[in-house]
Amino acid sequence: MNLKPWMAAAFVGMAGVAIAQDDSTLSIDGEDFVTETAAPAHVENLSTIYSGWRFRTPETQALQEDDFDNPAMIFVDQGMDLFNAVDGAEGKSCASCHKGGPEEFVGLHATMPKVVDGKLIVMEDLINTHRVEVMGAEPWKWSGADMQAMVALIGLQSRGMPMEVAIDGEAAPFWEKGKEIYYTRYGQLELSCSNCHEDNYGNMIRADHLSQGMINGFPTYRLKQAKLISRHNRFRGCIRDTRAETFAEGSDEFKALELYVASRANGLDVETPAVRQ
Amino acid sequence: MASGVKPRVKVPKTASAGDTVTIKTLISHKMESGQRKDDDGNIIPRSIINRFTADFNGQNVIDVTLEPAISTNPYFQFEAIVPESGEFQFTWYDDDGDVYEETKKIEVS
Repeated sequence: MNLKPWMAAAFVGMAGVAIAQDDSTLSIDGEDFVTETAAPAHVENLSTIYSGWRFRTPETQALQEDDFDNPAMIFVDQGMDLFNAVDGAEGKSCASCHKGGPEEFVGLHATMPKVVDGKLIVMEDLINTHRVEVMGAEPWKWSGADMQAMVALIGLQSRGMPMEVAIDGEAAPFWEKGKEIYYTRYGQLELSCSNCHEDNYGNMIRADHLSQGMINGFPTYRLKQAKLISRHNRFRGCIRDTRAETFAEGSDEFKALELYVASRANGLDVETPAVRQ
Repeated sequence: MASGVKPRVKVPKTASAGDTVTIKTLISHKMESGQRKDDDGNIIPRSIINRFTADFNGQNVIDVTLEPAISTNPYFQFEAIVPESGEFQFTWYDDDGDVYEETKKIEVS
């Protein structure tokens, strides 16, 4: 076969993208993070799981390596202000009950979502339940700035701890439902989560490297949106891009999907709040 | 006063005389450009940080004019030579007349 030089170059280029996750090591203020580990047994189609951080450009990666450079920390600070702000009919703030401050929640984020009293609970539920029932305040919007700042503040307390989401016992039926959604093809493009994030991670989707869709860094500061992005917002975005009608943020479907997707990252360190493209 | 404005600065605590140190600054600010319209079609008035300065022991180090195209939460990183121990003073000037200040000490050995 007589290849023209530009064609040969194109083939070499294509061979290169297949391994897009790089060898960088994530270290934030001297603390090393696990961004690559053996896949948990329940993730049948992957042998190694990688944090989304490994798929990003060096410039984006660097933003997460210094808390001063990490734009998400502005929102964590706002979350701290909200933690101490009195709101609602009872005249209470979060700090009125949680006197130990957000540090009371060390490790919580790494085990969420979880089943409480037969219901699947994610962090946003927990916050709004307490706002309504204890503080007598208005619930926050799911992907609102207030809500995600608080989720990020609580998530930060678990940063550096391995994700450890329970999938057995009471959680099993929700997990099965989430798994079914993960492998269902949606929309006019007939794409499931797995088509991109399992079969094609490391390949390009338009101008971006596809990651494995691990959610150990959420809420994530996305540079293109210049704010914290919730997990459900990202689920919605992905399903919308398949040209489907999406589930609503906070719906039972997305909560189940969140449990399943979170469990796929079991073993990776929590990076909340991460920085992505 | 614009809400949620909070200056932040990162300066090394110590340095050697004549060293070049990296200084990072960030102020959370919405930087409303004055070009956008609200739901009723009215122009949202401009509200930005229009000037940023840094001084070291009273001597000006950097003086920046900011324009409306600069996005939210403006971040500046620059280098400065520190000849002696002293204090950096950082000042941000808001369109609405507010001035935000932050100071950081540095020990030179």
